[in-house]
Amino acid sequence: MTLGGKEIERAAGFVANDTPKIVTSRFDVEDSHTLVGYLATGGYEGIRAALKKKPEEVHAQITEATVLGRGGAGFPAGVKWGFMPKDVWPRYLVVNGDESEPGTYKDRLLMELDPHQLIEGCLIASYAVGLSRCFLYVRGEMAVAQERIAAALNDAYEAGYVGRNILGTDFSLDIVLHWGAGAYVVGEETALIESLEGNRGMPRLKPPYFPAAIGLYGKPTIVNNVETLANLPWIATNGAEAYRAIGTETSPGTRMVAVSGHVKRPGVYEIINGTTTFRDLIFGDDYCGGMREGRTLKAFVPGGGSAPWFLPDQLDLPFEASQVGPAGSMLGSGAIMVMDDTTDIPKAAHSLTRFYAHESCGKCVPCREGGTWLERILGRIVDGHGTTRDLEMLLEVGETICPGEFPHAASERLGLEAKPFPYGMTTICFVGPSAFAPVHSALTLFPEEFRDRVREVSDDDPVASPVGAVPVELKGIGAS
Amino acid sequence: MTDTANEQAEAPPGISFTINGATVEANPGELLIDAAERHGVYIPRFCYHPRMKSVGMCRMCLVDVDRGRGARLEPACMITAAPDMIVDTESDQTQRAQEGILDLLLVNHPLDCPVCDKGGECPLQDQTVAYGPGESRFVEEKRHYEKPIPISDLVYLDRERCILCDRCTRFASDVAGDPLIHFIDRGNETQVNTFPDEPFSSYFSGNTVQICPVGALTAEPYRFKARPWDLAENESTAVVDSTGARVVLQSSRDELVRVLGVDSDAVNWSWLSDKERFTYEANGSEERLTDPLVRSESGEFATARWADAAAFAAEALQADPSLIGVIGGARLPVEGQFMWSTLLDALGVRDADPQIGDGLETELIQSLPRATIAEAAAPGGVVVLLSGDLKEELPTLYLRLRHAAVEDGASLIEMTARATGLSRFAKAKLHALPGTIDDVAEAVAAGTTSETVGGVDAAELAMAAKLLGSGRPVTVVIGRTNLAEDPGLITKAAAAIHRLVPEAKFLPALRRGNIHGAIETGLARGRTTTEILEDAAAGEVETLVLLGADPLADFPDRALVSSAFDMVENLVAVDTFATASSARADVILPAASFGEVDGSFVNLERRISPLRAKVTAPGQGRADWMIAAELAAALDHDLNVTSLDEVRTLLSSTMPAFADIDWSNIDAGGDGPLLGATNAVTPSLADIAAATSVAVPAVDGYGLRLVVDRKLWDLGTMVQQSQSLAHLAADTTLALSPADFDALGVQDGSTITVTGPGGATAELEVSASAGVPRGVAHVPYRMNGFDVGTFLSASTAVIDVRVNAG
Repeated sequence: MTLGGKEIERAAGFVANDTPKIVTSRFDVEDSHTLVGYLATGGYEGIRAALKKKPEEVHAQITEATVLGRGGAGFPAGVKWGFMPKDVWPRYLVVNGDESEPGTYKDRLLMELDPHQLIEGCLIASYAVGLSRCFLYVRGEMAVAQERIAAALNDAYEAGYVGRNILGTDFSLDIVLHWGAGAYVVGEETALIESLEGNRGMPRLKPPYFPAAIGLYGKPTIVNNVETLANLPWIATNGAEAYRAIGTETSPGTRMVAVSGHVKRPGVYEIINGTTTFRDLIFGDDYCGGMREGRTLKAFVPGGGSAPWFLPDQLDLPFEASQVGPAGSMLGSGAIMVMDDTTDIPKAAHSLTRFYAHESCGKCVPCREGGTWLERILGRIVDGHGTTRDLEMLLEVGETICPGEFPHAASERLGLEAKPFPYGMTTICFVGPSAFAPVHSALTLFPEEFRDRVREVSDDDPVASPVGAVPVELKGIGAS
Repeated sequence: MTDTANEQAEAPPGISFTINGATVEANPGELLIDAAERHGVYIPRFCYHPRMKSVGMCRMCLVDVDRGRGARLEPACMITAAPDMIVDTESDQTQRAQEGILDLLLVNHPLDCPVCDKGGECPLQDQTVAYGPGESRFVEEKRHYEKPIPISDLVYLDRERCILCDRCTRFASDVAGDPLIHFIDRGNETQVNTFPDEPFSSYFSGNTVQICPVGALTAEPYRFKARPWDLAENESTAVVDSTGARVVLQSSRDELVRVLGVDSDAVNWSWLSDKERFTYEANGSEERLTDPLVRSESGEFATARWADAAAFAAEALQADPSLIGVIGGARLPVEGQFMWSTLLDALGVRDADPQIGDGLETELIQSLPRATIAEAAAPGGVVVLLSGDLKEELPTLYLRLRHAAVEDGASLIEMTARATGLSRFAKAKLHALPGTIDDVAEAVAAGTTSETVGGVDAAELAMAAKLLGSGRPVTVVIGRTNLAEDPGLITKAAAAIHRLVPEAKFLPALRRGNIHGAIETGLARGRTTTEILEDAAAGEVETLVLLGADPLADFPDRALVSSAFDMVENLVAVDTFATASSARADVILPAASFGEVDGSFVNLERRISPLRAKVTAPGQGRADWMIAAELAAALDHDLNVTSLDEVRTLLSSTMPAFADIDWSNIDAGGDGPLLGATNAVTPSLADIAAATSVAVPAVDGYGLRLVVDRKLWDLGTMVQQSQSLAHLAADTTLALSPADFDALGVQDGSTITVTGPGGATAELEVSASAGVPRGVAHVPYRMNGFDVGTFLSASTAVIDVRVNAG
């Protein structure tokens, strides 16, 4: 395909299979990202169907279909829309395209390969809740997605799908494209709103800043994930019944998952909600095709870098929040990271924790200070300078971020019972707990790998200055 | 505070909830952290400040909150109490959270308390002792920055100590409106800093030091001067302007070392301008007058014994009372003003004016229906700014009005001579050409808002008329918009607004300290300073008394003052410093200053509050009431007072406004009471305006109309005698509208020759200012490089200047 006059490789990592397709149906279609390609494959039929109904009817249809939010929390979109206060104007739709959870790259493909589907989703959502301005926030690093969406928006405006009097009706919508500046935390909806307003990307406190009540510019705002909205055209075309026919009662439809790690075919797959199991995904021939040659599964992250880890014990769980939660983790953003028996567990945990410590926005203390502290203790252990006391300290520091018992998976090997989701937190948003999640999982599920790494100290030992402490470095203005 | 207490008493029953087992009530909308504190449960906090919006960042105020679904940690600064909520601030979970947060805060906070200025009064230190873990387990290297860095001329920032609570940055952007300090970088690398080459040069920078919960921000005047446990303190009132902000004076070894703002609901909400906060430095200046000075035969000053100097002054006061004039008195505490007033009564002196030609006439002030600051800043009100730039002249009042406009939906109508610090919030901007403010106000009052008047757009006039006619409460902040303009025009403008809105109330923005005390104690009488000086210049004044006044520097007509001084027989000065004027006196009596004697102060609302002594006056400086009493005794008019209490008793029995004051503890109720009604009989505002005639000459097509007003940092005595502040006075520039540049052939930064009315010339640098109307030249008063007072004339309604490029 060409982009900006240059020939580029198709976005890597997508593998086709025979399961039903709702949002990835055009991924194999040549030029699926163009208006011509989109219209040739049933594009903008959903909004045509929706515009024949009253907005309330469209809203009711989406509510009935039960589109679980695909950003991480899994809250039904139709119900979320219903939280908008009546008769407060203006109100906004904000599309969360700041996909940055480690391991997650499904929204990127949706934006790169089928931008018109997302635009149509925005149209349907905006029509259903009666708003006339939508902000599409795309992660700063996703250059291809930005260009594709910008081009698609231009085409859609020109063709009359976006703008004044869409398709000759009274419905008008402006979609504003906004590029992020590179901050993980902006994937959190209130931080995204702050960033959109031109402020530092820092989350707001809920209460009182629930976006549905006090959102963008202080007005009621819906924040929806890209994949969530991408589902809407299909539902508007085929009806809620058809959607509910796929998947289970509590988790209808399909969902996209992004698999990375030590499998034969990592990539993005559309799986059946509530039905497909982790075993199907990792070992199924339709999907990842099993572990790398000669390797066995050690652990996997079921829902993005911030989710507590699962062991092979949990492989038969389906993609169903009501089963994954009690088992001690979450489906989150649909990113599955697979680790085989070659994985250095403390190092893997350190790698994830370092990401969250680095991405802390600095607003609240437990995340800003605790995240970095965890990362440094863990780094010490990985480098072979840790002590048994450091292992206790990891959990103690973690407890100040997430008070109470932290969720974890069951392990037959360790004789461990599962601790169900969720966890308590002293932070404003989930970045802080996310820094602790990999530490806690690694320590709980693979204690021996840490014990082998650290020096035994007794309570009587004085606190020794750690080997390999970071050298003093002056930062900022006037540093010399 | 009393107002709030009343409101609480009248408020509907509150929200009942449980805290630590006790059932208590919260007011509707009251944050949990405040409700708990009101009921005696202190929840620790760092980022929360009752006068700023909550951000919930530090997580120190997390407490167990059970809303029926089990206890959960919630930040008490972000939530309001809800019915049947069960709060536990002492639960294990709460305590573990508090301990954990402190543990984390200490991760990167240096443990250098023994050498930290905040040590001993540090919220982080105190709360670590009260709620924290016994020791820090962090063994790695802490975050390092260069320490400290100056972020302004007055404030230093130590980023290592900073716990990133967002208090200073929130203050700068939300309260002061000077968003010059920010968070930069991210996560664990986050730091507070300024933009490169953009210092935190806010008039309110000292507040950030006061609210910093650690020792990260320190102020130049106090750094390393004392330790908190050495400080003795006393609550008092700031005297540098007429707002009367409540302060705490702190001293060490009989020297004032720090002034902090006190949270007064009625007045300053705990905020101070840097002038109110730091001019205490002047008290300790080496140039303070310590001994009475008498001019000898040879014309030189010589120190004298008090008795001799007093006798010298008394002899001057034995002149025919009709030939005695008194100028000044706003510096004095109420008691000193009253004793001088009593002395003048005894002598039969008819003419005294505490204003120095740069305010408004006393009669006008007395005729105005008065507003309080709270009334002016009330939510949803309309405020007319018929005054100078409040940010420069009365900065603490500016903060209150800014808050009213930004947060409380007050609408501002600006009738200043040029754009001010409040312009960006003003709904209507009526920047009248000098000499036309009365016409502009008349046009608004008459509703003839279809065409431009005095250079003000019709749309602005119409908006002003609409707001004034909206039925919302109207307050007029009335002061001097332009020192180069006849104040009679302000009188006429005020009368026009009052005619349109008869219920409008007024808040006088006279700048000088205790000016309202002087008015209320009868020190203002007879002729004005202008008239006294004119008489003096004509040889009709024998003895001129300067009560802390420096007309040679302050009166907007240098030539008149100089010739008046030349002509009077005796010039008697009572002062704290040898100013330009007192240096020409025949005798100077040294007075005790702010913080050195007890007394009281009347602010621009007519609110009386105490001035309390904290240190002793240098040398032989005496309380002003004593000086008056001593002179009276020397003049055989014994006033029969030997103590401050006796002065106050006499004051209460003589002046009805003071009749109900409980002198034993003026501020017992919190903010100090408003004075009672006076028995002064004054004509109505309308009558005063009708009797005022101002002849404004036609606009000189080749010239520019001069606007002269004050900046906060100027060559005034208090600023110049404060070593940290003296250098802040800027150079005089002439500000022009860029729209006039082409016609005048000048550009930003070019040097031009300005020719004043009498042919006097000056070379000045031009600065471009979009806030200056076309056809106007703006020059600040009393700044470095050029004294614009030499261009001013008390007998001309407006001043036109010519500008020649190159």
